[in-house]
Amino acid sequence: MTQGDQIDYPIPPIDAIEPPPEWERLRQQCPVAHVRLPSGDQAALLTRYDDVRQVLSDPRFARSADGAARVSAEGTGVFDRRRPGVPQSGDGHQRWRRMITKWFTAKRMAALRPAIEAMADQLVDDMVERGRPADLKANLGFPLPVWVICELLGVPASDRERFSYCSDTFLNLSRYSAADMEAAHTEFAAYMAGHIEAKRADPGTDLLSDLITGTDSAGERLSDDALVSTGMGLLIAGHETTTNMIGKMMAMLLADRERWEQLLADPALVRTAVEETLRYDANAGFGMIRYVSEELELADGVLPAGTTAVCSMASANRDERIFDDAGEMDLTRSPNVHLAFGAGPHSCIGQSLARTELQVVLEVLLRRLPTLELAVPAAELPLVEGLLVGGLREVRVIW
Amino acid sequence: MKIIVDQDKCVASGQCVTAAADVFDQRDEDGIVVLLTDNPSEDLAADVHQAAAVCPALAIVVED
Ligand code: HEM
Ligand code: SF4
Repeated sequence: MTQGDQIDYPIPPIDAIEPPPEWERLRQQCPVAHVRLPSGDQAALLTRYDDVRQVLSDPRFARSADGAARVSAEGTGVFDRRRPGVPQSGDGHQRWRRMITKWFTAKRMAALRPAIEAMADQLVDDMVERGRPADLKANLGFPLPVWVICELLGVPASDRERFSYCSDTFLNLSRYSAADMEAAHTEFAAYMAGHIEAKRADPGTDLLSDLITGTDSAGERLSDDALVSTGMGLLIAGHETTTNMIGKMMAMLLADRERWEQLLADPALVRTAVEETLRYDANAGFGMIRYVSEELELADGVLPAGTTAVCSMASANRDERIFDDAGEMDLTRSPNVHLAFGAGPHSCIGQSLARTELQVVLEVLLRRLPTLELAVPAAELPLVEGLLVGGLREVRVIW
Repeated sequence: MKIIVDQDKCVASGQCVTAAADVFDQRDEDGIVVLLTDNPSEDLAADVHQAAAVCPALAIVVED
């Protein structure tokens, strides 16, 4: 591949398991590649681990800026969506983050775990009652993360359905027109604003009540806009991603009977197995964008000031320079330094929660449905047709 | 073994606590790393190196 070649990005996925062959070719021959986004704008695609990690970790670079390339001409998406009232970079962003992160510590996750397990058990009960074959994504992958976020935000169980409905509408619309998306956004913001008012009148012991009454390290309170953005942001960032990952994880682990049997024989492998599915994910979606505002020297090239960099964490996670037998799934791999949750100052706030949910799902399914198998060959599982978020439309199973 | 943590870089992922709970903790107010001991016993060396490797912020440095 020479400098002049134009590559269209995103590169379409192939199937549930195999990555597009372009990733390896780019890593080998063109680690800083010129690509054209659906908007027609130009960007630099990074596919090697060290380059991706360096750019994501650099606190100078934000997710968007005036002059940055747009993904598509009309819409934005899950991660580059604007969040009114929430600072996108620098000290303000760090102060905002640090008001939220106390809710995602290892200790809090350990305390939350039994509740998540009870939810997963209940959802598996319901699925078993409905009978096989069943879609694991619709029965377990979709509801569980919403229920968990409701719990975190102090949304009562009686409102779960409403909340799921809102989120579902919004997620499905995220692939349609900007106007549809705006409508869903507005409706959802109104719901959140109402919820926040109720919490202000009658605070509970949840994350939102704490944000309403608390201050950041500079003594500042969050504005009403920032409260709504944060509540919505957690659902948007934490629902579809986790739902999809539950489906993809189970597809990867059931695609090869030996993997499932290895886990049945030794359930202590659940932790490392979850990390390995995060690393191995060939349907991770678009990757993360950074606007490189100052010239940046990478191991594999120079990014001029004003470059929009697209970081392919999924390709980085298959980089042979970092991972032994990168193309093989190894459920015992440790340490596993994958970048599925990003790296540095913007890395996923909910990663400890996502890990806990994925571990619980796997534990509960191993315990409850040891005979679980895919109802169709893994290579035939239907893919989500989204621009930004990758996943499987459904994961049919029998047991 | 000597451990240094950079609280300004830390992004509160909790990965170090999961890897080595005897050595790392997180502050209640914001989840930022705190070191319980900067010179733990040698039998914790593997766990400490694991923590440093998986830290998403590269906020943990271990000097042997
Ligand atoms: C498997 C599931 C998940 C994956 C793969 C994932 C992935 C990511 C990635 C790659 C980023 C970095 C964005 C960037 O660098 O620009 C991110 C950010 C974020 N994630 Fe997650 N995430 C998941 C689940 C969650 C959950 C469960 C929550 C919360 C309930 C959450 C909340 C957030 C938030 C708030 C951010 C923005 C952080 C910031 O701006 O500093 N995520 N996520
Ligand atoms: S692993 Fe790193 S980022 Fe996460 S809490 Fe520990 S020091 Fe902070």
